[in-house]
Amino acid sequence: MFYRTLFPRDLFAELDRLQRELQQSYDLSPSIRGFARGGFPAMNIGNTPQSVEIYAFAPGLDPAGIDVQIEKGVLTIAGERKVDLPPQDGKATVHIDERFAGRFRRVLTLPDDIDPNAVSARYRDGVLHVSIQRRAAAQPRRIAIQ
Amino acid sequence: MSDTTTANKNAPAPAETTLLPPVDVFEDAGGITLTADLPGVPKDKLHLQVEAETLTIEGEMKLDMPEGMESTHVEIASPRYRRVFTLSKELDTEKVTAEFDQGVLKLRIPKLAHAQPRKVEIRVE
Repeated sequence: MFYRTLFPRDLFAELDRLQRELQQSYDLSPSIRGFARGGFPAMNIGNTPQSVEIYAFAPGLDPAGIDVQIEKGVLTIAGERKVDLPPQDGKATVHIDERFAGRFRRVLTLPDDIDPNAVSARYRDGVLHVSIQRRAAAQPRRIAIQ
Repeated sequence: MSDTTTANKNAPAPAETTLLPPVDVFEDAGGITLTADLPGVPKDKLHLQVEAETLTIEGEMKLDMPEGMESTHVEIASPRYRRVFTLSKELDTEKVTAEFDQGVLKLRIPKLAHAQPRKVEIRVE
C-alpha cells in the first residue's frame, strides 16, 4: 500500500479506493449478505438468550401492506411507501425532498437456532418489531452437579 | 424556510448526538407543508415549538426492548431526534396545524392573509 501512495497515478481513483476501504472497515460484516447501511428501512438488531429482536424503522406504512417472511433462515421485510409529495403540476414547489418513497426490500440471515414458528411482529409508532424465539434446546442450560 | 440545524452555531448544542429526521417540504399558494419521519416516537414524546421565527422538532423514541437485550447491529444509534428550521415572515406561526401518525409528522404552516398571492393585472395601453 505504501508504494502505491508514493506514485499516485490517478488521485481520484486513489481517493475512491481509500473511501471504499474506510467504508468496508467500518461496516465489516461476517454475513455473506452483508448489511446495506443507509437502506430503507433502517434496522437495529438485538439478541437475548431466548430470542432475536429486529427493529425496522419504517414510518407511515399501512401494516397490512408490509410483507414479513422467514424462509430457510432468511428474514425478508418488503413493502412500498407511497410518494407523499404533491403532483408536479406546477402549482407547488418542492423545497426539500429527503424522505424515502417507493418499494423497499431488506433481507437478513438469521442465526441457526431460531424457531421459525415462534415469531411475532408488531407495528407501532412507525417501527416494525419482529421477535423470533430461539429453540429451547439451543438455550443455555445449567447442569446440576450430583 | 431554511434548515439551520447544522448552520446555527450559536444555539446551545444538545448534550448528546441526535438524529436528523428526514423531511419533505413543499410550498403552495396557501402555505408550507412539512412532513418528517420520526419512527419510534410516541405522541406524548413529540415536542414541537415555534418561537419567533424558529421551528424546533424534537422527539424521543420509546421501543419495547426485552430485558438483557444485547445489540448486535445498530443503524439508529440514538433515541433522540432534533431538527430546527427558520421560518420566514410571511408565514402565520399562530395557525400551524400538526398531525402525527405512525411516526410521520405532518405540519401545515399557512401564509398570512396579506401574503396570499394576488393576481396583478397588467394593463396594456
